[in-house]
Amino acid sequence: MNDRIVAKRPAGTGDAGAREGVPAARPATEAPIPPTTEADQNAPHVRPGDRIFRGLATGSGIFIVVLIGAIGLFLLLQAIPSLALDQVSFLTSREWSTGDVNNMRFGILDLLLVTVVSSAFALLIAMPIALGIALFLTQYAPRKLSRPFAYVIDLLSAVPSIIYGLWGLLVLAPVLTPVGEWLTDVLGWFPLFAEGNVSIELGGTIFTAGVVLAVMILPIITAVSREVFDRTPPAHIEGAIALGATKWEVVRTTVLPFGKAGYVSASMLGLGRALGETIALMIILSATNAAFGWSLFDGGATFASKIALAAPEFNDPRSAGAYIAAGLVLFVLTFVVNAIARSIVAGHKEYE
Amino acid sequence: MAKRIDVKDLNLYYGKFHAVDGVSLAVPPKNVTAFIGPSGCGKSTVLRSLNRMHEVATGARVEGKVLLDGEDIYASTVDPVQVRRTIGMVFQRPNPFPTMSIRDNVVAGLKLAGERNKKKLDEVAERSLRGANLWNEVKDRLDRPGGGLSGGQQQRLCIARAIAVQPDVLLMDEPCSALDPISTLAIEDLITELKKEYTIVIVTHNMQQAARVSDQTAFFNLLGVGQPGRLIEVDDTEKIFSNPSQKATEDYISGRFG
Repeated sequence: MNDRIVAKRPAGTGDAGAREGVPAARPATEAPIPPTTEADQNAPHVRPGDRIFRGLATGSGIFIVVLIGAIGLFLLLQAIPSLALDQVSFLTSREWSTGDVNNMRFGILDLLLVTVVSSAFALLIAMPIALGIALFLTQYAPRKLSRPFAYVIDLLSAVPSIIYGLWGLLVLAPVLTPVGEWLTDVLGWFPLFAEGNVSIELGGTIFTAGVVLAVMILPIITAVSREVFDRTPPAHIEGAIALGATKWEVVRTTVLPFGKAGYVSASMLGLGRALGETIALMIILSATNAAFGWSLFDGGATFASKIALAAPEFNDPRSAGAYIAAGLVLFVLTFVVNAIARSIVAGHKEYE
Repeated sequence: MAKRIDVKDLNLYYGKFHAVDGVSLAVPPKNVTAFIGPSGCGKSTVLRSLNRMHEVATGARVEGKVLLDGEDIYASTVDPVQVRRTIGMVFQRPNPFPTMSIRDNVVAGLKLAGERNKKKLDEVAERSLRGANLWNEVKDRLDRPGGGLSGGQQQRLCIARAIAVQPDVLLMDEPCSALDPISTLAIEDLITELKKEYTIVIVTHNMQQAARVSDQTAFFNLLGVGQPGRLIEVDDTEKIFSNPSQKATEDYISGRFG
């Protein structure tokens, strides 16, 4: 046994055969590090520290999976009885009346559309701006400026949602009113810009909500993209410069390809936040009984804002269950968005 | 093609630190010049000043002249981007663009220069890969990412990328230091071939390599910590390695260096 271990040692650290006798005492501590096929014969001695740490890490991993599973299960169990009482199709109906528990009619189609459209609109605004800011901070801004500037961007994420909501409705909405009127006048033939089902002057539209959401998700997208762009290997940047690339060409040939996956997942994180945003949208969006007509100037409610507004109804488990069912759909939606983001990132791995 | 370089009283700085003091030397066309010397003596810095890569670092500054066939590349009318397009560079660690295919890596410089003709690009890719002795190994997988090649292959890919734009001069910054002996040999053979067409300047820590591949050798040294690096002497490689005129050179090449 001794021979074999001594023979193995030169492959490890440089002090092969340094001291006679010592190697015999060492294999016990060395064996677990490179897992070999002989490990089981060697009866590896695992240090208590390793065991405790592995237990903690594995426990944490299991805990989070169990937690998510439990949340999903809770939502499902609470939702099922109400879903059974639903008089209309849950997935395709636009109705939502849960006041009369003997005749509950609720469907999530409008909620789903308003949620997705407002978030997608926000993402559309925020993505290019965040990209610009992140590139500016990492590639163009002088070091002295980029740090304080980055702090300011991060501060945006520290503003409470309720402030965003009030700001959106009281300050931003009046400013956006002429923009909205112009859009409906000029581009009104296009469904997204058609006259909506709520008053543009009051500003409680998906348009306003989307702009506010864009501001809210800007910091997270910017911060993550900035981190990723900053990690572009200097060797690649130098390679591009040495080929005679201008600043923009360096960005295009090295920084962007390197950071693309990170940027996409940053955007998906932002989308996740937008989908779940509650208070700001609850304040901004005007309620309406009319169905969502694919216009940015419609009002309505998202999953989260609808649920928050309905808090007084939760005393009856049957009507509460309807909202929990809606929450379950939001849960699944966010899950799907994250899964898509993961697959985009994973599909990009080949090049790294 | 293949221009000469004349360096005149070149001083290089990183912020307040004076990195290289008063270097003057001439690099003839179609010739290999090796820069040798201990770490920190400024040989890489001098090399990087020859294609204006030195100034990319924050606070870096250049004084003096670098003439490319008589034209000062540091003249105020000269665009550094243009300089780098005519003076190619190969780095210590192979740095192919990981998101690009092998073919795109080779023609990256040409694409930057505005070449869009696919037929032309394919021709250049083949010619450059042949020139870098890599064609036979990669011709069946030109669309695979460059990062999938071995280290030696990646370095030859970088050489192909550098020669694809047919530069006037090729600078190599310790191109073999991250490679195994067989890949090193392949690169050295390649350098000997490339010198038929290009002016080459190579920084190396390997003195046998300098002796094997170069026609002319420049020895740089450092008088002390915090002092700027200096050019001690430059002469025919044979002379430097057999009978250098400076004691410091002899000490360094014979291994008696501090």
